[in-house]
Amino acid sequence: METSAEVQNRLRNLFESQRLAVVATQNGGQPYASLVAFVATDDLRHLFFVTGRTTRKFSNMLSDSRVAVLVNSSVNQESDFHEAISITATGIAEEIKDPERRDILKLYLSKHPYLEDFAKSPSCALIRVTARSYYMVQNFQNVMEFHIDR
Amino acid sequence: MTWIISTENIQQEDGQRVGGKGYALALLAKGGFAVPKTLCVTSQTYQEYVRRTGLRERILLELNRKSFKDMRWEEIWDCATRIRNMFLRKPIPADISGQLKQAIHAAFHDKAVVVRSSAPEEHDAVSSFAGLHESYVNIQGTDAILEHISKVWASLWSDAALLYRQEIGLDVTKSAMAVVIQEIIVGDKSGVAFSKNPNDTSQGVIESVYGLNQGLVDGAVEPDRWILDRQKKTIISHTPAERTHWVIAGESGVRLDALPEKLANLPPLNTQEARHVFELALKAENYFKSPQDLEWTIRQKDLVVLQSRPITTLAPQKNGDSRSWYLSLHRSFENLKHLRDKIENELIPAMIAAADKMARRDLSKLSDQDLAAEINHRWEINQKWTNIYWEEFIPYAHGVRLFGQIYNDAMHPEDPYEFIDLLTHTEMASLERNQMLADLANRIGNNPSLAKALHEGQTENLDPLFLEAVNRFVEKFGDLTCAVTGGTQCEQAPDGLYKILLEMAAHLPTEADRQPMKDKEALQQKFLSMFEGEQKKTAVELLDLARSSYQLRDDDNIYLGRIEAQLLAAVREARQRIDARLHGGSNKKIAAELLKVVESLDHRPQFQPPYQQKPENGFVIQARQLIGQPAGPGLAKGPARVIEQTADLAEFKYGEILICDAVDPNMTFVVPLAAGVVERRGGMLIHGAIIAREYGLPCVTGIPDATRLIRNGDEVTVDGYLGIVTIGSAEL
Repeated sequence: METSAEVQNRLRNLFESQRLAVVATQNGGQPYASLVAFVATDDLRHLFFVTGRTTRKFSNMLSDSRVAVLVNSSVNQESDFHEAISITATGIAEEIKDPERRDILKLYLSKHPYLEDFAKSPSCALIRVTARSYYMVQNFQNVMEFHIDR
Repeated sequence: MTWIISTENIQQEDGQRVGGKGYALALLAKGGFAVPKTLCVTSQTYQEYVRRTGLRERILLELNRKSFKDMRWEEIWDCATRIRNMFLRKPIPADISGQLKQAIHAAFHDKAVVVRSSAPEEHDAVSSFAGLHESYVNIQGTDAILEHISKVWASLWSDAALLYRQEIGLDVTKSAMAVVIQEIIVGDKSGVAFSKNPNDTSQGVIESVYGLNQGLVDGAVEPDRWILDRQKKTIISHTPAERTHWVIAGESGVRLDALPEKLANLPPLNTQEARHVFELALKAENYFKSPQDLEWTIRQKDLVVLQSRPITTLAPQKNGDSRSWYLSLHRSFENLKHLRDKIENELIPAMIAAADKMARRDLSKLSDQDLAAEINHRWEINQKWTNIYWEEFIPYAHGVRLFGQIYNDAMHPEDPYEFIDLLTHTEMASLERNQMLADLANRIGNNPSLAKALHEGQTENLDPLFLEAVNRFVEKFGDLTCAVTGGTQCEQAPDGLYKILLEMAAHLPTEADRQPMKDKEALQQKFLSMFEGEQKKTAVELLDLARSSYQLRDDDNIYLGRIEAQLLAAVREARQRIDARLHGGSNKKIAAELLKVVESLDHRPQFQPPYQQKPENGFVIQARQLIGQPAGPGLAKGPARVIEQTADLAEFKYGEILICDAVDPNMTFVVPLAAGVVERRGGMLIHGAIIAREYGLPCVTGIPDATRLIRNGDEVTVDGYLGIVTIGSAEL
């Protein structure tokens, strides 16, 4: 069995190698999924992404801050079924404001420098997802859960 | 990785990464030609810079906001301006800039240099980028040289370069740029030489000017021209220029100066020198095994080659070469100064006089025949001024663009359109009109019985003072709800105007609503403090020119509107006569000429029908978030008011979002009521954007099909920071 340190490394490697994640929000029981450019902290406790304030996902998160985030390594090939790793995080989303926002933006833009105009726009919000649990799927159907102790 | 390489170390395999110009210079040096000391910053340096700073993807994001073929040239210019600013604001990573500085210092110490583009595509010799990318002459100090390397890189993405690449089908994602840094040779006379005349292959051509080559290359100085016989190496003809100016090195950069009188009557080259230059061109042709286009200079007695490239136009071109057209998109400062003089002192006064002359004519006293002739006459006057508008006034808008580039180069602002703040709050005619409207609205706001009478449509016994003010307004600016340029069927009635005035009166601005004036004075001082001596004088002149150009962009339409109003007045008189005699029981016959001329004018611009949602196989399409261009910062939400024809403006309500195809200045009077502006036509310097910026409103332009995809009353959010319009509910 993998040690906790090994699992954490696996998560970290996936989060570093992937640029995009799928974020799930809901409104009145209707789930809604969106693609976002994300970055994760080294301690795996937080995921960050930027969204426009006029978007559905933003308005959904205002009414219900519970979200799920999916990151995976598939490359749209048949081999994905045995090779790809998927990680779903569940947690709470909230908007980060200055002064913390400035520091987090640095981290965010070091991974996504091309999103500078978007991320710095006053019409966009920087969202922090505080992860409660991770669900890791590999070898097609092997699922392990990791819960973060608070 | 090799960031910078000296010409003597360039090998054959380096051709691609040092670009066409760099490689040709290396070969010339090896072949024993006299060339200036030269370093090449490789295209790998460019690629590493755009990769590490994220600029590579940022540029492509910018270029892919919408399909390139759907972009108006103005939008491409905006795109290029934003990209250029990215280069100016993103420093070269320290490890690379350190190596560059070291090599530059070792080669040139503190000597001034020329920083030139060297496009790798040019190395293939199928396409010539001559003149499309920028070169900077007389740059001193490693920091300044590095900054100019960035500017040369940015010129890869200029509007002209983008259009040209698109036309010859080059993949923009593969574009890269090498840069040549040359010791400056301050020649007494300079020029170009074509070893083979593209128009007659038995001949060669030399062009020459006094001073530096820059004046010849950018067209500011007319050159003397020699045609030579390739076989006999003799001069066939010499066409002297009107020698008035030369370009010389200033403290930094170059400047255009009056040519000293003793040189004005003397050709820059004597016969012997012209033949000497031509022999050099033939030698280069022989060396490269293809006809050459040579840039050269003579310092004292020394003839030096500055660059050499194959003459591409000798090969039959499939599509023709329209580079000159793209280059003509940009006007020089000198050219714009002449244009300004003509517009301000000749065209505008003539335009006002033409409108006044027509206004003085009492139409009711004309016979039917004379009225018909008058309509034709006015139609011609209107056509004439519409043509002048396109030929003279539109190009003058380049004054704003030229200033924008100089401002951004000096200031590196976060907002690439900050420069507009120095141009706004000038005395635009449309602002004067809006002020008059606000005064009328104030009268209604402070007079409940007047407001009541207007509400109830009791317009017979209105306050004479108020009516007089309304008439003054209509006389000056015409009926606001009449279309301009193209419309000939306008029924003039003040009802539309009253509607707008009532709406304005119900929402009179408070002190708190007024735009805080930005500290324009401080910004102006800061901008001018970036220059010294001669350059400062030019900067002051350029700012003045830009203000006039900015103001005219709005005023010209207002003046054109006045001309058209006179045509409309004559047509209206004709229609009233026809109506009166058809329905008024008069026995007097209508002159055939008059009927004919009125019928011939029966055309109006057709508006597109609004977008209809028709379910197809149960599939309904609806726009949610549309991407255009950010044209005025801010975020606002409100019900949409879609303007399909000018008369719709009368329905405009306070707090609505103005959605239109193209705002012309004659429509902008509703802007003070609007919460935001969305326009199909794209660009930062179009009227809708200019007026939105004046009033501090969020504005998005360049949304294709805006008036079709958005319906009246739709809830719309305008994100003027990112250039996005969201339709449907959104949290703010």
